[in-house]
Amino acid sequence: MKKALLNYMPRNELFMYFGLLALLAVFLPTVLDIFRLNLVGKYLTYAFVAVGLVLCWGYGGILSLGQGIFFGLGGYCMAMFLKLEASAPENTSIQSTPGIPDFMDWNQITELPWFWEPFNSLPLTLIGIILVPTVFAYFIGVAMFKRRVGGVYFAIITQAIAAILTILIIGQQGFTGGVNGITDLRTLLGWDIRTDSAKYILYFVNLVFLFLVLLIAQFVRKGKIGRLLVAMRDKEERVRFSGYDVANLKIFVFCLASAFSAIGGAMFTLQVGFMSPTFVGIVPSIEMVIFCAVGGRLSLLGAVYGTLLVCWAKTSFSESFPELWLFAMGALFIGVVLAFPNGIAGLYQKMEFRKWYQQWVTDIRKLRPMITAAQLEEKYKSKNKAEKVNTLVDSPNIDLNSSELSKVST
Amino acid sequence: MKSNDYVLAVEGLTVSFDGFRAVNDLSFYVEEEEIRVIIGPNGAGKTTVLDLICGKTRATNGSIKFRNNELTKMSEHKIVHAGVGRKFQNPSIYEDLTVLENLEISYPKGRTIMGALTFKRDNTILDKIHEISDITFLTENLNDKAGLLSHGQKQWLEIGMLLIQDPDLLMLDEPVAGMSVSERKQTAKLINSITKGRSVLVIEHDMQFVEDIAHRVTVMHQGKVLSEGTMDRVKQDPKVVEVYLGH
Repeated sequence: MKKALLNYMPRNELFMYFGLLALLAVFLPTVLDIFRLNLVGKYLTYAFVAVGLVLCWGYGGILSLGQGIFFGLGGYCMAMFLKLEASAPENTSIQSTPGIPDFMDWNQITELPWFWEPFNSLPLTLIGIILVPTVFAYFIGVAMFKRRVGGVYFAIITQAIAAILTILIIGQQGFTGGVNGITDLRTLLGWDIRTDSAKYILYFVNLVFLFLVLLIAQFVRKGKIGRLLVAMRDKEERVRFSGYDVANLKIFVFCLASAFSAIGGAMFTLQVGFMSPTFVGIVPSIEMVIFCAVGGRLSLLGAVYGTLLVCWAKTSFSESFPELWLFAMGALFIGVVLAFPNGIAGLYQKMEFRKWYQQWVTDIRKLRPMITAAQLEEKYKSKNKAEKVNTLVDSPNIDLNSSELSKVST
Repeated sequence: MKSNDYVLAVEGLTVSFDGFRAVNDLSFYVEEEEIRVIIGPNGAGKTTVLDLICGKTRATNGSIKFRNNELTKMSEHKIVHAGVGRKFQNPSIYEDLTVLENLEISYPKGRTIMGALTFKRDNTILDKIHEISDITFLTENLNDKAGLLSHGQKQWLEIGMLLIQDPDLLMLDEPVAGMSVSERKQTAKLINSITKGRSVLVIEHDMQFVEDIAHRVTVMHQGKVLSEGTMDRVKQDPKVVEVYLGH
């Protein structure tokens, strides 16, 4: 049991997880004021997307430039519930139709649209947050992967879908709140989410979900699916002709990544207090890919650090030079691709103190008896000896065959 | 012999790419435990035949019957499940994974998403992996990244990945390309030792190797069968000498 767990979570990686946990759950809450901590919480909601991209893009080789779609859908589901709660008839008595969200009233809508109805209930909303984006991803996946659309084409199509969804949300102002998004969210089941204490609590709830998602991703990465994803990235045909339905594998990882993104989106809405189309479209989707690339697209924890770093840089940069941020981000992306293609995680792996750590681990291991690889081989050889002798006797050898052949031909 | 006694019965197989018939009304039959080698000049359509059998390319006309299952309409992974394994011309292995992981992925278990999620590397699988790595001369390299293997070892690894699937029909596209003379000898021995309960279909250019392994040889030319029979008979066929074995 312990050994099986160690397969999924080797000791050195567990160390790193605790390091991240200490940073996020202890260090940052003690040194930052609630405004800054809330910002970190907001950044971390993007980390959900970046973690999904590590699996989907880093491992599976499927680059999606439309993860904002799923982040947005998750966020909108949450926002719709909060908005309905904020639009209770007693709060909206000045509207011509009390009890519906304010933007609907402004758009001369007199009745709650049918697709808003389920969001009156919190359980349905929570299911919807995961289900709506995942089902949407499933349909995109089936439509694309079953027809063997992949690579650049897939990236472009996801980007197009992100653009379409943004336009749709902005265009259907009466149903979606339009370009302003869904704003003025106040309470969750009567609990005011705008207070400082609520922000603290939500920050930690967010952390719990983030680590849950990280553990799921770690399980997938270390299991057979992780190895299959790498195999598929390298040699898709070989995987297909080894008896796997490659399309299903791609759909699975794409849906998983979108479910992660959706959780991030919902936590975003809760912590920031609104949701708008600016988090759905092409620009945020590409930003999310950059977070993942900067962190290192093969490292789950790298994705979290990358997200934090880029978002923090974005905030501090835009505070002083708002117009320069986009250039800085472009430069960052080029820099990552040219100078350190494996991101922060790749840099870390090159660094000396990693070697020191490994030296330390091997020193520790020397102190206790261990079976070497050679001994393990020995064990297997002696076990299989009997069978091996049998197969050797059964197999016709080469000389026998050619003499048979000459008999046939003469 | 009735057609359903063959492992593989290819009849009237035709495929045309924009009017060009790469394979044209081709018929041949492979028997149980037979090693059949397809030879022929470049562009004769040899690789296309393998593509058609394993489902990579769809036939325009004709039928491919594998143990009486029609393969022309089946999806690629279903064809693999039916028992057809195929090695590609360039060694097609997962370079970022170790030899052991390469073999493990090819082991026929956990092929669905749920199966892969609940997959466990148990002793049956490890024993099988060790057995296969022994016969493909890779035991020493089990924990090496496959990308670090020599070209010949990569070829062996891919053959091993097919063997672990335990297919009834094994198709090898140029299995000894890039191998040294001694490696070719070893490979010939390997192929001769794996015919128990399965048939092997090989494309190869190296005549010495073909003589070492072939039970029967099919010579293809311009998408058709030019000649068929034992190596000795084919070698003396004047048509074959003219278009292929040559001057």
